[in-house]
Amino acid sequence: MQLNAISRLGNSGLSAIIDLGRMGTYLFQMIVGCFRLPFRFSELIRQMHFIGVGSLTVIFFTAASTGMVLGLQGYYSLHKYGAEGMLGSAVALTLIMELGPVLTALMVAGRAGSAMCAELGIMRISEQIDALDCMAVDSFRYLISPKLLATIISVPILTVLFDVVGIAGGYVAGVHLMGVNPGSYIDGMQKSVTNHDILLGAVKSFVFALLIVWICTGRGYFVHMIKGTGFGARSVSKVTTQAVVYSSISVLVFDYLLTAILL
Amino acid sequence: MSDTEIEFRDVEKAFFKEDGSKQVILDKVSFTIPAGKTTVVAGGSGQGKSVTLKLILGLLQVDGGQIIIGGQDTTTLKGRQLKALRTRFGVLFQSSALFDSMTVFENVALPLRERTQKTESEIRKQVLSSLEELELLGHENKFPAQLSGGMKKRAGLARALQLQPEIMLFDEPTTGLDPVMAMEIYQLFARTQERIGYTSIIVSHDIPKIFNLADQVVVLNNGAMDVFPSPEAIQWSQKPHIQEFVKTTMGELYQSHLVEK
Repeated sequence: MQLNAISRLGNSGLSAIIDLGRMGTYLFQMIVGCFRLPFRFSELIRQMHFIGVGSLTVIFFTAASTGMVLGLQGYYSLHKYGAEGMLGSAVALTLIMELGPVLTALMVAGRAGSAMCAELGIMRISEQIDALDCMAVDSFRYLISPKLLATIISVPILTVLFDVVGIAGGYVAGVHLMGVNPGSYIDGMQKSVTNHDILLGAVKSFVFALLIVWICTGRGYFVHMIKGTGFGARSVSKVTTQAVVYSSISVLVFDYLLTAILL
Repeated sequence: MSDTEIEFRDVEKAFFKEDGSKQVILDKVSFTIPAGKTTVVAGGSGQGKSVTLKLILGLLQVDGGQIIIGGQDTTTLKGRQLKALRTRFGVLFQSSALFDSMTVFENVALPLRERTQKTESEIRKQVLSSLEELELLGHENKFPAQLSGGMKKRAGLARALQLQPEIMLFDEPTTGLDPVMAMEIYQLFARTQERIGYTSIIVSHDIPKIFNLADQVVVLNNGAMDVFPSPEAIQWSQKPHIQEFVKTTMGELYQSHLVEK
Protein backbone atom coordinates (compact mmCIF):
# COMPACT_ATOMS: atom_id res chain seq x y z
CA MET A 1 0.00 0.00 0.00
CA GLN A 2 2.74 2.43 1.09
CA LEU A 3 4.98 1.17 -1.72
CA ASN A 4 2.18 1.83 -4.20
CA ALA A 5 1.78 5.37 -2.92
CA ILE A 6 5.53 5.99 -3.14
CA SER A 7 5.58 4.45 -6.62
CA ARG A 8 2.72 6.69 -7.75
CA LEU A 9 4.45 9.73 -6.29
CA GLY A 10 7.66 8.77 -8.08
CA ASN A 11 5.79 8.26 -11.37
CA SER A 12 4.10 11.66 -11.03
CA GLY A 13 7.44 13.32 -10.28
CA LEU A 14 9.09 11.66 -13.27
CA SER A 15 6.18 12.63 -15.53
CA ALA A 16 6.43 16.25 -14.36
CA ILE A 17 10.19 16.35 -15.05
CA ILE A 18 9.73 14.75 -18.49
CA ASP A 19 6.89 17.20 -19.25
CA LEU A 20 9.03 20.17 -18.22
CA GLY A 21 11.96 18.96 -20.32
CA ARG A 22 9.67 18.45 -23.32
CA MET A 23 8.23 21.95 -22.92
CA GLY A 24 11.74 23.41 -22.61
CA THR A 25 12.79 21.80 -25.89
CA TYR A 26 9.50 22.96 -27.41
CA LEU A 27 10.21 26.59 -26.44
CA PHE A 28 13.60 26.38 -28.14
CA GLN A 29 12.12 24.80 -31.28
CA MET A 30 9.30 27.35 -31.54
CA ILE A 31 11.78 30.24 -31.37
CA VAL A 32 14.11 28.59 -33.92
CA GLY A 33 11.08 27.99 -36.16
CA CYS A 34 10.63 31.78 -36.52
CA PHE A 35 13.95 31.98 -38.38
CA ARG A 36 13.22 29.17 -40.84
CA LEU A 37 12.16 30.02 -44.37
CA PRO A 38 9.82 30.41 -46.14
CA PHE A 39 8.02 32.54 -43.57
CA ARG A 40 4.20 32.40 -43.65
CA PHE A 41 3.45 36.12 -43.66
CA SER A 42 -0.24 35.71 -44.55
CA GLU A 43 -0.70 33.31 -41.63
CA LEU A 44 0.99 35.85 -39.31
CA ILE A 45 -1.51 38.51 -40.42
CA ARG A 46 -4.41 36.08 -39.94
CA GLN A 47 -3.24 35.19 -36.44
CA MET A 48 -2.68 38.85 -35.53
CA HIS A 49 -6.21 39.57 -36.68
CA PHE A 50 -7.55 36.72 -34.57
CA ILE A 51 -5.50 37.50 -31.44
CA GLY A 52 -5.35 41.28 -31.76
CA VAL A 53 -8.42 42.59 -33.58
CA GLY A 54 -10.58 39.76 -32.23
CA SER A 55 -9.69 40.71 -28.64
CA LEU A 56 -10.46 44.42 -29.02
CA THR A 57 -14.01 44.27 -27.65
CA VAL A 58 -13.15 42.26 -24.56
CA ILE A 59 -10.06 44.42 -23.89
CA PHE A 60 -12.06 47.64 -24.33
CA PHE A 61 -14.80 46.66 -21.86
CA THR A 62 -12.38 45.17 -19.32
CA ALA A 63 -10.15 48.25 -19.48
CA ALA A 64 -13.03 50.73 -19.25
CA SER A 65 -14.62 49.03 -16.24
CA THR A 66 -11.24 48.53 -14.51
CA GLY A 67 -10.29 52.19 -15.06
CA MET A 68 -13.66 53.43 -13.79
CA VAL A 69 -13.48 51.22 -10.69
CA LEU A 70 -9.93 52.47 -10.04
CA GLY A 71 -11.19 56.04 -10.45
CA LEU A 72 -13.99 55.56 -7.91
CA GLN A 73 -11.97 53.56 -5.38
CA GLY A 74 -8.91 55.79 -5.77
CA TYR A 75 -11.06 58.87 -5.14
CA TYR A 76 -12.59 57.21 -2.06
CA SER A 77 -9.12 56.46 -0.57
CA LEU A 78 -7.39 59.71 -1.58
CA HIS A 79 -10.33 61.91 -0.49
CA LYS A 80 -9.71 60.79 3.13
CA TYR A 81 -6.32 62.53 3.00
CA GLY A 82 -7.41 65.44 0.82
CA ALA A 83 -5.20 64.14 -1.99
CA GLU A 84 -7.78 63.83 -4.81
CA GLY A 85 -5.32 65.59 -7.10
CA MET A 86 -3.16 62.42 -7.08
CA LEU A 87 -5.95 60.36 -8.68
CA GLY A 88 -4.52 60.58 -12.22
CA SER A 89 -1.14 59.43 -10.98
CA ALA A 90 -2.58 56.51 -8.99
CA VAL A 91 -4.79 55.28 -11.84
CA ALA A 92 -2.08 55.60 -14.51
CA LEU A 93 0.69 53.92 -12.49
CA THR A 94 -1.57 51.06 -11.41
CA LEU A 95 -2.70 50.44 -14.98
CA ILE A 96 0.64 50.88 -16.76
CA MET A 97 2.77 48.89 -14.32
CA GLU A 98 0.34 46.27 -13.12
CA LEU A 99 -3.24 45.83 -14.19
CA GLY A 100 -2.81 46.63 -17.89
CA PRO A 101 -0.28 43.87 -18.66
CA VAL A 102 -1.84 41.31 -16.27
CA LEU A 103 -5.48 41.70 -17.25
CA THR A 104 -4.66 41.90 -20.97
CA ALA A 105 -2.64 38.68 -20.65
CA LEU A 106 -5.43 36.92 -18.76
CA MET A 107 -8.01 38.00 -21.37
CA VAL A 108 -5.79 36.83 -24.26
CA ALA A 109 -5.06 33.52 -22.48
CA GLY A 110 -8.77 32.88 -22.01
CA ARG A 111 -9.84 33.93 -25.50
CA ALA A 112 -6.98 33.23 -27.92
CA GLY A 113 -4.79 30.88 -25.85
CA SER A 114 -7.59 28.37 -25.42
CA ALA A 115 -8.39 28.53 -29.14
CA MET A 116 -4.74 27.96 -30.12
CA CYS A 117 -4.50 24.99 -27.75
CA ALA A 118 -7.72 23.40 -28.99
CA GLU A 119 -6.78 23.93 -32.66
CA LEU A 120 -3.40 22.23 -32.27
CA GLY A 121 -4.88 19.49 -30.06
CA ILE A 122 -7.46 18.61 -32.70
CA MET A 123 -4.80 18.71 -35.42
CA ARG A 124 -2.68 16.33 -33.33
CA ILE A 125 -5.38 13.76 -32.59
CA SER A 126 -6.62 13.80 -36.20
CA GLU A 127 -3.03 13.11 -37.41
CA GLN A 128 -2.80 16.44 -39.28
CA ILE A 129 0.49 17.31 -37.54
CA ASP A 130 1.83 13.80 -38.29
CA ALA A 131 0.83 14.40 -41.92
CA LEU A 132 2.91 17.61 -41.99
CA ASP A 133 5.90 15.77 -40.48
CA CYS A 134 5.52 13.00 -43.05
CA MET A 135 5.49 15.56 -45.87
CA ALA A 136 8.79 16.87 -44.42
CA VAL A 137 7.08 20.19 -43.69
CA ASP A 138 8.45 21.72 -40.46
CA SER A 139 5.39 21.87 -38.19
CA PHE A 140 7.05 24.49 -35.96
CA ARG A 141 7.67 26.85 -38.86
CA TYR A 142 4.32 26.11 -40.46
CA LEU A 143 1.99 26.10 -37.44
CA ILE A 144 3.64 27.45 -34.30
CA SER A 145 5.90 30.33 -35.36
CA PRO A 146 3.11 32.52 -36.83
CA LYS A 147 1.19 32.09 -33.55
CA LEU A 148 4.28 32.95 -31.50
CA LEU A 149 5.06 36.11 -33.45
CA ALA A 150 1.42 37.20 -33.64
CA THR A 151 1.03 36.86 -29.87
CA ILE A 152 4.23 38.71 -28.93
CA ILE A 153 3.31 41.52 -31.35
CA SER A 154 -0.40 41.72 -30.44
CA VAL A 155 -0.29 41.46 -26.64
CA PRO A 156 1.92 44.56 -26.04
CA ILE A 157 -0.27 46.57 -28.47
CA LEU A 158 -3.42 45.39 -26.67
CA THR A 159 -1.76 46.30 -23.36
CA VAL A 160 -1.16 49.87 -24.56
CA LEU A 161 -4.79 50.06 -25.65
CA PHE A 162 -5.88 48.69 -22.26
CA ASP A 163 -3.81 51.36 -20.50
CA VAL A 164 -5.25 54.20 -22.62
CA VAL A 165 -8.88 53.07 -22.27
CA GLY A 166 -8.38 52.39 -18.54
CA ILE A 167 -6.92 55.86 -17.92
CA ALA A 168 -9.84 57.38 -19.85
CA GLY A 169 -12.26 55.32 -17.72
CA GLY A 170 -10.55 56.60 -14.56
CA TYR A 171 -10.89 60.16 -15.93
CA VAL A 172 -14.64 59.70 -16.55
CA ALA A 173 -15.24 58.29 -13.05
CA GLY A 174 -12.92 60.69 -11.22
CA VAL A 175 -13.48 63.94 -13.09
CA HIS A 176 -17.04 63.67 -14.44
CA LEU A 177 -18.65 61.64 -11.66
CA MET A 178 -16.67 62.61 -8.53
CA GLY A 179 -15.68 66.15 -9.50
CA VAL A 180 -11.87 65.88 -9.45
CA ASN A 181 -10.13 68.77 -11.23
CA PRO A 182 -9.36 67.63 -14.82
CA GLY A 183 -6.07 69.57 -14.89
CA SER A 184 -4.77 67.92 -11.73
CA TYR A 185 -5.77 64.43 -13.07
CA ILE A 186 -3.75 64.91 -16.29
CA ASP A 187 -0.92 66.84 -14.64
CA GLY A 188 -0.49 64.28 -11.83
CA MET A 189 -0.33 61.51 -14.38
CA GLN A 190 2.25 63.29 -16.56
CA LYS A 191 4.49 64.09 -13.61
CA SER A 192 4.45 60.67 -11.94
CA VAL A 193 4.71 58.24 -14.89
CA THR A 194 8.34 57.73 -15.93
CA ASN A 195 9.94 55.89 -18.83
CA HIS A 196 11.00 53.18 -16.37
CA ASP A 197 7.34 52.54 -15.43
CA ILE A 198 6.37 52.24 -19.09
CA LEU A 199 9.33 49.93 -19.73
CA LEU A 200 8.30 47.71 -16.82
CA GLY A 201 4.81 47.40 -18.30
CA ALA A 202 6.23 46.65 -21.74
CA VAL A 203 8.62 43.96 -20.43
CA LYS A 204 5.77 42.36 -18.51
CA SER A 205 3.43 42.27 -21.51
CA PHE A 206 6.17 40.74 -23.71
CA VAL A 207 7.00 38.03 -21.12
CA PHE A 208 3.31 37.27 -20.51
CA ALA A 209 2.72 36.93 -24.27
CA LEU A 210 5.59 34.43 -24.49
CA LEU A 211 4.23 32.45 -21.53
CA ILE A 212 0.71 32.30 -23.01
CA VAL A 213 1.76 31.17 -26.48
CA TRP A 214 4.35 28.72 -25.11
CA ILE A 215 2.04 27.00 -22.64
CA CYS A 216 -1.14 27.07 -24.73
CA THR A 217 0.36 25.87 -28.02
CA GLY A 218 2.66 23.42 -26.20
CA ARG A 219 -0.21 21.70 -24.39
CA GLY A 220 -2.12 21.35 -27.65
CA TYR A 221 0.92 20.16 -29.63
CA PHE A 222 1.70 17.44 -27.06
CA VAL A 223 -1.89 16.49 -26.23
CA HIS A 224 -1.14 12.85 -27.14
CA MET A 225 1.79 12.67 -24.71
CA ILE A 226 0.24 14.25 -21.61
CA LYS A 227 -0.61 11.58 -19.06
CA GLY A 228 -3.95 11.39 -17.30
CA THR A 229 -5.98 13.39 -19.80
CA GLY A 230 -7.61 10.44 -21.57
CA PHE A 231 -8.00 10.21 -25.35
CA GLY A 232 -9.74 11.98 -28.22
CA ALA A 233 -12.03 14.96 -27.77
CA ARG A 234 -12.01 14.58 -23.98
CA SER A 235 -8.21 14.88 -23.87
CA VAL A 236 -8.36 18.06 -26.01
CA SER A 237 -10.95 19.63 -23.69
CA LYS A 238 -8.97 18.71 -20.56
CA VAL A 239 -5.69 19.95 -21.99
CA THR A 240 -7.32 23.21 -23.15
CA THR A 241 -8.57 23.83 -19.61
CA GLN A 242 -5.09 23.00 -18.28
CA ALA A 243 -3.50 25.39 -20.75
CA VAL A 244 -5.65 28.35 -19.66
CA VAL A 245 -5.17 27.57 -15.95
CA TYR A 246 -1.39 27.04 -16.23
CA SER A 247 -0.83 30.11 -18.39
CA SER A 248 -2.96 32.31 -16.07
CA ILE A 249 -1.09 31.09 -12.99
CA SER A 250 2.25 31.59 -14.76
CA VAL A 251 1.26 35.15 -15.66
CA LEU A 252 0.47 35.95 -12.02
CA VAL A 253 3.66 34.31 -10.68
CA PHE A 254 5.86 36.05 -13.26
CA ASP A 255 4.07 39.32 -12.53
CA TYR A 256 5.36 39.17 -8.97
CA LEU A 257 8.85 38.04 -10.02
CA LEU A 258 9.23 40.77 -12.65
CA THR A 259 7.92 43.44 -10.29
CA ALA A 260 10.35 42.30 -7.59
CA ILE A 261 13.29 42.25 -10.01
CA LEU A 262 12.60 45.35 -12.10
CA LEU A 263 10.87 47.77 -9.73
CA MET B 1 10.19 1.24 -60.64
CA SER B 2 11.50 2.22 -57.18
CA ASP B 3 14.71 0.45 -56.15
CA THR B 4 14.33 1.39 -52.48
CA GLU B 5 14.34 -1.67 -50.27
CA ILE B 6 13.47 -1.52 -46.56
CA GLU B 7 15.17 -3.88 -44.14
CA PHE B 8 14.35 -4.43 -40.44
CA ARG B 9 17.35 -5.83 -38.51
CA ASP B 10 16.61 -7.10 -34.98
CA VAL B 11 14.22 -4.22 -34.38
CA GLU B 12 12.88 -3.88 -30.84
CA LYS B 13 10.06 -1.62 -29.66
CA ALA B 14 8.13 -1.61 -26.40
CA PHE B 15 5.80 0.79 -24.63
CA PHE B 16 5.22 1.39 -20.94
CA LYS B 17 1.59 1.40 -19.87
CA GLU B 18 0.11 3.86 -17.35
CA ASP B 19 0.52 1.21 -14.59
CA GLY B 20 4.26 0.97 -15.35
CA SER B 21 4.11 -2.48 -17.00
CA LYS B 22 5.93 -3.06 -20.29
CA GLN B 23 4.20 -4.06 -23.53
CA VAL B 24 6.54 -5.51 -26.13
CA ILE B 25 5.44 -4.58 -29.67
CA LEU B 26 8.40 -5.79 -31.73
CA ASP B 27 10.88 -8.29 -30.26
CA LYS B 28 14.09 -8.48 -32.34
CA VAL B 29 12.19 -8.54 -35.60
CA SER B 30 14.03 -8.94 -38.93
CA PHE B 31 12.54 -8.92 -42.41
CA THR B 32 12.90 -7.18 -45.77
CA ILE B 33 10.34 -5.20 -47.78
CA PRO B 34 11.29 -5.67 -51.44
CA ALA B 35 11.61 -2.62 -53.70
CA GLY B 36 8.75 -1.80 -56.06
CA LYS B 37 6.52 -4.50 -54.55
CA THR B 38 3.52 -4.47 -52.23
CA THR B 39 3.89 -5.75 -48.68
CA VAL B 40 0.78 -6.17 -46.55
CA VAL B 41 1.23 -5.94 -42.77
CA ALA B 42 -1.54 -7.78 -40.95
CA GLY B 43 -2.32 -8.75 -37.36
CA GLY B 44 -4.81 -8.20 -34.58
CA SER B 45 -5.55 -4.91 -32.86
CA GLY B 46 -2.70 -3.57 -30.72
CA GLN B 47 -0.11 -5.87 -32.33
CA GLY B 48 1.95 -2.96 -33.65
CA LYS B 49 0.95 -2.57 -37.28
CA SER B 50 0.71 1.23 -37.16
CA VAL B 51 3.79 1.36 -34.90
CA THR B 52 5.74 -0.43 -37.67
CA LEU B 53 4.76 2.32 -40.12
CA LYS B 54 5.70 5.06 -37.62
CA LEU B 55 9.10 3.41 -37.06
CA ILE B 56 9.75 3.40 -40.81
CA LEU B 57 8.81 7.10 -40.97
CA GLY B 58 10.94 8.00 -37.95
CA LEU B 59 7.88 9.28 -36.06
CA LEU B 60 8.83 6.77 -33.33
CA GLN B 61 12.31 5.69 -32.26
CA VAL B 62 13.35 2.03 -32.08
CA ASP B 63 14.53 0.67 -28.71
CA GLY B 64 17.11 -1.52 -30.48
CA GLY B 65 18.13 -2.77 -33.92
CA GLN B 66 18.29 -0.99 -37.26
CA ILE B 67 15.92 0.00 -40.05
CA ILE B 68 17.82 0.21 -43.33
CA ILE B 69 16.14 2.17 -46.12
CA GLY B 70 17.90 2.25 -49.49
CA GLY B 71 21.15 1.13 -47.81
CA GLN B 72 21.02 3.79 -45.06
CA ASP B 73 20.44 3.14 -41.36
CA THR B 74 17.58 5.51 -40.55
CA THR B 75 17.34 4.88 -36.79
CA THR B 76 20.09 7.38 -36.01
CA LEU B 77 18.81 10.17 -38.28
CA LYS B 78 17.73 13.47 -36.79
CA GLY B 79 16.72 16.94 -37.96
CA ARG B 80 17.50 17.66 -41.60
CA GLN B 81 18.60 14.08 -42.38
CA LEU B 82 15.27 12.77 -41.09
CA LYS B 83 13.44 15.43 -43.10
CA ALA B 84 15.39 14.39 -46.21
CA LEU B 85 14.39 10.76 -45.60
CA ARG B 86 10.73 11.71 -45.32
CA THR B 87 10.81 13.45 -48.69
CA ARG B 88 10.99 9.94 -50.16
CA PHE B 89 7.71 8.83 -48.55
CA GLY B 90 4.05 9.30 -49.24
CA VAL B 91 1.58 8.40 -46.50
CA LEU B 92 -2.15 7.75 -46.59
CA PHE B 93 -3.41 7.91 -43.01
CA GLN B 94 -6.28 5.92 -41.55
CA SER B 95 -8.20 9.16 -41.00
CA SER B 96 -6.88 10.64 -44.29
CA ALA B 97 -5.46 13.47 -42.09
CA LEU B 98 -6.65 16.20 -44.45
CA PHE B 99 -6.30 19.72 -43.09
CA ASP B 100 -9.89 20.50 -42.20
CA SER B 101 -9.56 24.27 -42.55
CA MET B 102 -8.30 23.93 -46.15
CA THR B 103 -10.14 23.00 -49.34
CA VAL B 104 -9.36 19.81 -51.27
CA PHE B 105 -7.30 21.87 -53.74
CA GLU B 106 -5.27 23.53 -50.98
CA ASN B 107 -4.68 20.18 -49.27
CA VAL B 108 -3.37 18.56 -52.44
CA ALA B 109 -1.33 21.65 -53.37
CA LEU B 110 0.31 21.92 -49.92
CA PRO B 111 3.31 19.61 -50.54
CA LEU B 112 3.97 21.32 -53.88
CA ARG B 113 3.81 24.81 -52.34
CA GLU B 114 5.98 23.85 -49.38
CA ARG B 115 8.50 21.56 -50.98
CA THR B 116 8.93 22.68 -54.58
CA GLN B 117 9.75 25.89 -56.42
CA LYS B 118 6.85 25.46 -58.88
CA THR B 119 4.82 28.48 -59.89
CA GLU B 120 1.17 28.77 -58.85
CA SER B 121 0.00 28.01 -62.42
CA GLU B 122 2.18 24.87 -62.58
CA ILE B 123 0.84 23.78 -59.19
CA ARG B 124 -2.74 24.38 -60.31
CA LYS B 125 -2.21 22.34 -63.48
CA GLN B 126 -0.64 19.41 -61.59
CA VAL B 127 -3.24 19.39 -58.79
CA LEU B 128 -6.20 19.49 -61.20
CA SER B 129 -4.63 16.70 -63.24
CA SER B 130 -4.26 14.55 -60.09
CA LEU B 131 -7.80 15.30 -59.00
CA GLU B 132 -9.02 14.24 -62.44
CA GLU B 133 -7.08 10.94 -62.20
CA LEU B 134 -8.63 10.28 -58.78
CA GLU B 135 -12.12 11.33 -59.92
CA LEU B 136 -12.28 14.36 -57.64
CA LEU B 137 -12.53 17.06 -60.28
CA GLY B 138 -15.41 19.39 -59.40
CA HIS B 139 -14.83 18.85 -55.67
CA GLU B 140 -11.62 20.89 -55.42
CA ASN B 141 -13.29 23.79 -53.59
CA LYS B 142 -14.98 21.60 -50.97
CA PHE B 143 -13.71 21.26 -47.42
CA PRO B 144 -12.94 17.77 -46.00
CA ALA B 145 -16.08 17.90 -43.83
CA GLN B 146 -18.14 18.11 -47.04
CA LEU B 147 -16.63 14.91 -48.52
CA SER B 148 -17.65 11.26 -48.18
CA GLY B 149 -15.24 8.74 -46.63
CA GLY B 150 -14.11 7.47 -50.02
CA MET B 151 -13.56 10.98 -51.37
CA LYS B 152 -11.46 11.85 -48.33
CA LYS B 153 -9.27 8.79 -48.98
CA ARG B 154 -8.86 9.77 -52.62
CA ALA B 155 -7.97 13.34 -51.66
CA GLY B 156 -5.45 11.99 -49.13
CA LEU B 157 -3.99 9.72 -51.82
CA ALA B 158 -3.78 12.62 -54.27
CA ARG B 159 -1.86 14.68 -51.70
CA ALA B 160 0.48 11.78 -50.86
CA LEU B 161 1.32 11.20 -54.54
CA GLN B 162 2.12 14.82 -55.49
CA LEU B 163 5.88 14.47 -55.01
CA GLN B 164 6.15 11.08 -56.77
CA PRO B 165 7.18 9.11 -53.63
CA GLU B 166 9.56 6.15 -53.76
CA ILE B 167 7.69 4.48 -50.90
CA MET B 168 3.96 4.67 -50.13
CA LEU B 169 2.65 3.75 -46.69
CA PHE B 170 -1.06 3.02 -46.31
CA ASP B 171 -2.46 2.87 -42.77
CA GLU B 172 -5.79 1.03 -42.73
CA PRO B 173 -6.74 2.61 -46.05
CA THR B 174 -10.25 1.18 -46.31
CA THR B 175 -11.43 1.41 -42.71
CA GLY B 176 -14.99 2.73 -42.58
CA LEU B 177 -15.60 2.31 -46.33
CA ASP B 178 -18.26 0.11 -47.87
CA PRO B 179 -16.99 -2.86 -49.97
CA VAL B 180 -17.60 -1.13 -53.32
CA MET B 181 -15.75 2.00 -52.24
CA ALA B 182 -12.96 -0.11 -50.70
CA MET B 183 -12.52 -1.92 -54.00
CA GLU B 184 -12.30 1.39 -55.87
CA ILE B 185 -9.55 2.48 -53.51
CA TYR B 186 -7.62 -0.77 -54.07
CA GLN B 187 -7.90 -0.29 -57.81
CA LEU B 188 -6.50 3.22 -57.42
CA PHE B 189 -3.55 1.82 -55.45
CA ALA B 190 -2.81 -0.68 -58.18
CA ARG B 191 -3.16 1.95 -60.93
CA THR B 192 -1.00 4.60 -59.27
CA GLN B 193 1.64 2.04 -58.27
CA GLU B 194 1.84 0.86 -61.86
CA ARG B 195 2.29 4.47 -63.04
CA ILE B 196 4.77 5.65 -60.38
CA GLY B 197 6.36 2.33 -59.43
CA TYR B 198 6.57 2.99 -55.69
CA THR B 199 7.32 0.43 -52.99
CA SER B 200 4.04 -0.09 -51.16
CA ILE B 201 3.40 -1.05 -47.55
CA ILE B 202 -0.24 -1.56 -46.59
CA VAL B 203 -1.48 -2.04 -43.05
CA SER B 204 -5.01 -3.38 -43.16
CA HIS B 205 -7.73 -5.30 -41.41
CA ASP B 206 -9.51 -5.86 -44.70
CA ILE B 207 -7.58 -9.09 -45.15
CA PRO B 208 -9.21 -11.12 -47.95
CA LYS B 209 -9.42 -8.31 -50.49
CA ILE B 210 -6.17 -6.52 -49.68
CA PHE B 211 -4.24 -9.79 -50.10
CA ASN B 212 -5.03 -9.69 -53.79
CA LEU B 213 -2.68 -6.73 -53.99
CA ALA B 214 0.08 -8.33 -51.92
CA ASP B 215 3.42 -9.61 -53.16
CA GLN B 216 4.46 -10.38 -49.59
CA VAL B 217 2.53 -10.69 -46.32
CA VAL B 218 3.80 -9.97 -42.83
CA VAL B 219 1.77 -11.09 -39.82
CA LEU B 220 2.46 -9.50 -36.42
CA ASN B 221 1.68 -11.42 -33.26
CA ASN B 222 2.83 -10.72 -29.68
CA GLY B 223 6.07 -9.03 -30.69
CA ALA B 224 7.00 -11.65 -33.29
CA MET B 225 6.71 -11.31 -37.05
CA ASP B 226 5.96 -14.04 -39.59
CA VAL B 227 6.87 -13.26 -43.18
CA PHE B 228 5.24 -15.05 -46.13
CA PRO B 229 6.55 -14.64 -49.67
CA SER B 230 2.97 -14.70 -51.01
CA PRO B 231 -0.58 -14.61 -49.62
CA GLU B 232 -1.04 -18.24 -50.64
CA ALA B 233 1.93 -19.31 -48.47
CA ILE B 234 0.11 -18.42 -45.26
CA GLN B 235 -2.20 -21.41 -45.46
CA TRP B 236 0.78 -23.81 -45.26
CA SER B 237 2.03 -22.41 -41.93
CA GLN B 238 1.91 -24.90 -39.05
CA LYS B 239 2.02 -22.19 -36.37
CA PRO B 240 -1.19 -22.27 -34.28
CA HIS B 241 -1.61 -18.46 -34.19
CA ILE B 242 -1.24 -18.25 -37.98
CA GLN B 243 -3.75 -21.07 -38.47
CA GLU B 244 -6.12 -19.21 -36.14
CA PHE B 245 -5.49 -16.01 -38.10
CA VAL B 246 -6.24 -17.79 -41.40
CA LYS B 247 -9.38 -19.31 -39.94
CA THR B 248 -10.79 -16.07 -38.56
CA THR B 249 -9.82 -13.56 -41.20
CA MET B 250 -8.98 -15.24 -44.47
CA GLY B 251 -11.55 -17.92 -44.98
CA GLU B 252 -12.71 -16.32 -48.19
CA LEU B 253 -9.24 -15.39 -49.50
CA TYR B 254 -9.29 -17.66 -52.50
CA GLN B 255 -12.88 -16.93 -53.35
CA SER B 256 -12.16 -13.23 -53.60
CA HIS B 257 -10.89 -12.25 -57.03
CA LEU B 258 -12.65 -8.92 -57.26
CA VAL B 259 -9.47 -6.91 -57.50
CA GLU B 260 -7.10 -7.60 -60.34
CA LYS B 261 -3.49 -6.72 -59.76
